[in-house]
Amino acid sequence: MERSTLDLWVGLFVIAGIGALTILALKVGNMGSFAGSDTYRLSAQFTNIGGLKPRAAVKSAGVVVGRVAEITFDNDKFMGKVVMNIEKRYKFPKDTSASILTSGLLGEQYVGLEAGADDAMLKDGDSIKLTQSAVVLEKLIGQFLYNKAAEGGPSK
Amino acid sequence: MFERGSSIDVRGIGRHTIESVLRLGYAARFFAMTVMHSGTSFRRPRLIIRELYYSGVLSLIIILVSGLFVGMVLGFQGYQTLKTYGSESALGVLVALSLVRELGPVVSALLFASRAGSAMTAEIGLMKTTEQLSAMEMMAVDPIARVVAPRFWAGVISMPLLAALFSAMGVYGGYLIGVVLIGVDEGSFWSQMQSAVDFREDVVNGVIKSFVFGIAVTWIALFEGYDAPPTAEGVSGATTRTVVTSSLAILGLDFILTAFMFRGV
Amino acid sequence: MASENLVEISGVSYSYDQRHPVLTGIDMVIPRGKVVAIMGISGSGKTTLLRLIGGVMMPTRGRVTVDGELTHELDRDGLFRLRRRMGLLFQFGALFTDLSVYDNVAFQMREHTDLPAEMINDMVMMKLHAVGLRGAHRLMPAELSGGMARRVALARAIALDPKLIMYDEPFTGLDPISLGVIRNLVRKLNDALGSTSIVVTHDVQEALDIVDYVYYLSEGVMVAHGTPADMRASKDPLVHQFVWGEADGPVAYQYPSRKFSEELELV
Repeated sequence: MERSTLDLWVGLFVIAGIGALTILALKVGNMGSFAGSDTYRLSAQFTNIGGLKPRAAVKSAGVVVGRVAEITFDNDKFMGKVVMNIEKRYKFPKDTSASILTSGLLGEQYVGLEAGADDAMLKDGDSIKLTQSAVVLEKLIGQFLYNKAAEGGPSK
Repeated sequence: MFERGSSIDVRGIGRHTIESVLRLGYAARFFAMTVMHSGTSFRRPRLIIRELYYSGVLSLIIILVSGLFVGMVLGFQGYQTLKTYGSESALGVLVALSLVRELGPVVSALLFASRAGSAMTAEIGLMKTTEQLSAMEMMAVDPIARVVAPRFWAGVISMPLLAALFSAMGVYGGYLIGVVLIGVDEGSFWSQMQSAVDFREDVVNGVIKSFVFGIAVTWIALFEGYDAPPTAEGVSGATTRTVVTSSLAILGLDFILTAFMFRGV
Repeated sequence: MASENLVEISGVSYSYDQRHPVLTGIDMVIPRGKVVAIMGISGSGKTTLLRLIGGVMMPTRGRVTVDGELTHELDRDGLFRLRRRMGLLFQFGALFTDLSVYDNVAFQMREHTDLPAEMINDMVMMKLHAVGLRGAHRLMPAELSGGMARRVALARAIALDPKLIMYDEPFTGLDPISLGVIRNLVRKLNDALGSTSIVVTHDVQEALDIVDYVYYLSEGVMVAHGTPADMRASKDPLVHQFVWGEADGPVAYQYPSRKFSEELELV
């Protein structure tokens, strides 16, 4: 096999391989969507963040407007603090509320933002005041059973 | 006469176990020597390029075709199962995640072991049998630096590239069956896939897996060839051992890596 | 001051393990410029001697000195440097099957020197011309006959004009014409290059015609040595049987077994 032909094939092979990796990263994976976008940071505190994970979606009106950057525990207020990266082109009023919702019945959890009516907009570093924590299934069931027991109790 | 009743060759078992341990130690030393004598390979990249052709380029056909078929089967089977839960739109997610996380690295490594790995074993075993390796030593050329190391690095470089090509072909195959043939919605196929497949968690982990597999398979293939008894039966036995040991190693390592990588997800 | 002996072997013994000594108490010298034969029946340890001289194996006892250097005192680099002064012709050639005849001969030049391509070309052509195969330089080893392969291997072995050329059974399995060619080459090359040659063989008649001295080994022990004339005239039964190819003698014809009459149950 001629040296130059061999080089050609090897070169094509390496290019194809790296190309496949790039396709996987960009088209198949989610690297393309948020890596280079300009974002600003907003934070919100929840009494229970439920099953929310970093890189979960932040949606408003069902459209993805950002991603959860990090989740930490605020030791002073004993609340979960969620920091989000919101795309710069989306501005939200100061009285926007954030809730932790579940996609579908048992799907992944995400942060849902409902815009308020204020004229002033949230800026980089601001925190959202109105929050609604995640629905924790066990508490719900516990509540249900308690209610049921309370109903049945007095009548006995 | 009071005789020993047992017919189990206890000494034989003991001897075999000790020999296996010794062989493993020899294999580890062989690996260290290969890495330490890699200077020549990097100073003369032509050596690696030549081996990249024989291990990588010549494996392309089987990798691409297998990837396509695996992707298409995933498309079929995935659709059948998801339909029962009304989640056909998640087909893209199913196909992509299965391939990128598991099937891409693992199946392409298995195919690589059978095709390129066994070829390496046979080649080196044959060179040993026909005294080519001894001739090289007598000519003051280190056979490990000249013959073994370039093949090792070519294998390590080829493996992730082949795995990526396999996965990419597989996704395309899944698309062909799911969207083009069956009629799953094209938009949700791709968009759900994009939100579900994470670059760092899935793609990068898949690449790490195929690197590890590449090291393991190439090491085993080269060692079996180098250590093969210099006879026809010896070389053929070594070739078989390469495929079997590599396959077991790939599956075992896959389990360990998966347990580590996908713990919290 | 270089000694007159290129190779000196004193008191050398070699064994794989306690029970199987391959060589015992060997003493021999290879004088510079001479062609020396090491003969013996199969399994007498001849090839092991070559390996000891080449530094591939180390003696369990005794010393091997090549060109003034003790082999067991050399480290890896030292051994490699020593081997650059040697050429070894393997029994079946051991040509690199994935390289052409030209590339095989050029191998050492490319690996060990920085000579420009034109110079390497001249050197390769000269070596191939010396063995009579200059026209075959484009062929692959698989396309060569046994005799041709061995001649190419010889060209490869002398590529860098080594001081010591070693031949491991160079006459085995060749037709009479190729035999004659190799035999003459051994002598002519040695004299032309001013090298020293060691021929390990059991082809008595071919060897006795060209060598200056003979060492005869039997079962790992040196039993006789002398000039070819000495060997031909020897009265020693072992040597005599070997030189004249007698079927039976000190080396028995029959493999050790029971008495034939017992085997056939006649007694």
